[in-house]
Amino acid sequence: MGIIKAKNLLFEYIRRDEDGNVESINRAIDDVTLDVKKGDFVAVLGHNGSGKSTLAKHINALLVPTEGTLWFKDMNTTEEDNLWLIRQSAGMVFQNPDNQIVASVVEEDVAFGPENLGVPTKDIWTRVEESLNAVGMMEYRGHSPNKLSGGQKQRIAIAGIMAMKPECIVLDEPTAMLDPNGRKEVIRTVKELNKNEKVTVILITHYMEEVIYADKVYVMDDGKVVMEGSPREIFSNVEELKKYRLDVPQVTELAYELKKSGLAIPDGILTTHEFVDAIQKLRQQSW
Amino acid sequence: MIRDITIGQYYPVDSLLHRLDPRVKLIGTILYIISLFAFSNYYGYIIAAAFLFTVIKISKVPLKFILKGLKAVIVLFIFTATFNLFLTPGKIIYELGFIKITIEGIITAVLMTIRLTFLILGSSLMTFTTTPNNLTDGLESLMKPLNKIKVPVHEISMMMSIALRFIPILMEETDKIMKAQMARGADFETGGLVKRAKSLIPLLVPLFVSAFRRANDLAMAMEARCYRGGEGRTKMKPLKYKGRDLAAFLVLVLYITVLVVINRV
Repeated sequence: MGIIKAKNLLFEYIRRDEDGNVESINRAIDDVTLDVKKGDFVAVLGHNGSGKSTLAKHINALLVPTEGTLWFKDMNTTEEDNLWLIRQSAGMVFQNPDNQIVASVVEEDVAFGPENLGVPTKDIWTRVEESLNAVGMMEYRGHSPNKLSGGQKQRIAIAGIMAMKPECIVLDEPTAMLDPNGRKEVIRTVKELNKNEKVTVILITHYMEEVIYADKVYVMDDGKVVMEGSPREIFSNVEELKKYRLDVPQVTELAYELKKSGLAIPDGILTTHEFVDAIQKLRQQSW
Repeated sequence: MIRDITIGQYYPVDSLLHRLDPRVKLIGTILYIISLFAFSNYYGYIIAAAFLFTVIKISKVPLKFILKGLKAVIVLFIFTATFNLFLTPGKIIYELGFIKITIEGIITAVLMTIRLTFLILGSSLMTFTTTPNNLTDGLESLMKPLNKIKVPVHEISMMMSIALRFIPILMEETDKIMKAQMARGADFETGGLVKRAKSLIPLLVPLFVSAFRRANDLAMAMEARCYRGGEGRTKMKPLKYKGRDLAAFLVLVLYITVLVVINRV
């Protein structure tokens, strides 16, 4: 059994008027079943309103399912007793970098999580130093977060989660408000944490370029998981992705269009490098 | 405009005063303010001034920078001085209709202004030498006894430090909204008081909406990081009294003693 397991998960946002009568029901998650292995890098794709953020909030029990069950490390998220244990080992990074930093000094913000857990002062210092090193922000420890770039702020937020020693990090569109450089910075950090610290990563995003290194990709649409597989499997299916209003990476799209017009290029090309190889092979064959 | 106010800002240099425990500085400031209104003869002023300027010297904050802070409260000075000048009864030296100026009035006006100046300088010196975080930590620790009468001390200090963290963010946001509205033809500068107040509505509404959204996000992020109030919480930088803090307390006691003795003369 994996670290995260969901069975027939269902969640409804229920809107009530002033008398408490149900005005409208919005089914954000509809019968989702998934199983995430420990140490994996999992990406969840979907356009706005596909329910991917709602799913993310279920993993660390910020929301509890209307129906169905979600287990994190064999702990049922609906049970109140498990709440803090779950949140401690399933950290969450949100979209807006400004709205999740609590303290006015970088190192004090990183210490916020361990402080809440009641970690002794001496251990807090070592944890803060370790996690700042892990995200490469050590030299900014005494700075004010207001003076950092978006990407740097997001890395601080990740360090703040790492200081709680989680087994899993859920990132809810961490790059949506960043410029391309900041985006690369954050994704590189996440990838390194996954590789070096063996943290399970759940990356929620709608940028295709960010998911090509994932071990597994889930595509969500209208609350349902509509596709799942390795990035290569997913991106071989350009037509279906377009149906869910998702773009494919530029190279993949180019390869797909060339194949459609008759060139013998394999399916599911993910990087420029692979594309160049395929074209070269093609040239050698035609010589 | 808001950025010109130097009161309440932190001035980052390394000095003995900066390194003192925030609790010492808080208690010291309160005692100093009380002392300003406790003495009644002229020697008192000299001692209070000597004490203040010595401490400013130790703090390494430039005097010019500190004095700039007085600009923001000049209206208050004029206001109190005028009232003291015209409303103190005594020997009249100038009379015009119902306006009477007395010698006693002039003296109290001058002395009151000096006292207020010292008060502002003394308390702004505390904020110049203490980071906001340190200050809230100090307040939390000093108010801890109030926990017994059910005052939510930890929550209050948490709110204060979050407010301090978000002030610059919200100021920047105000700037942005203002520019966005100006680009669409909003006018914040001309017109009478009523018109100007009305023109603030398209500024304040989006600002409040965004502040609420931020509060919501922050609450969720804090919960996700296991925040559940002050119970069982440890600190990365707990406050501890050191030798220099004891020395500072002794200096304070000395200052108060001298004032009390002088007051008897």
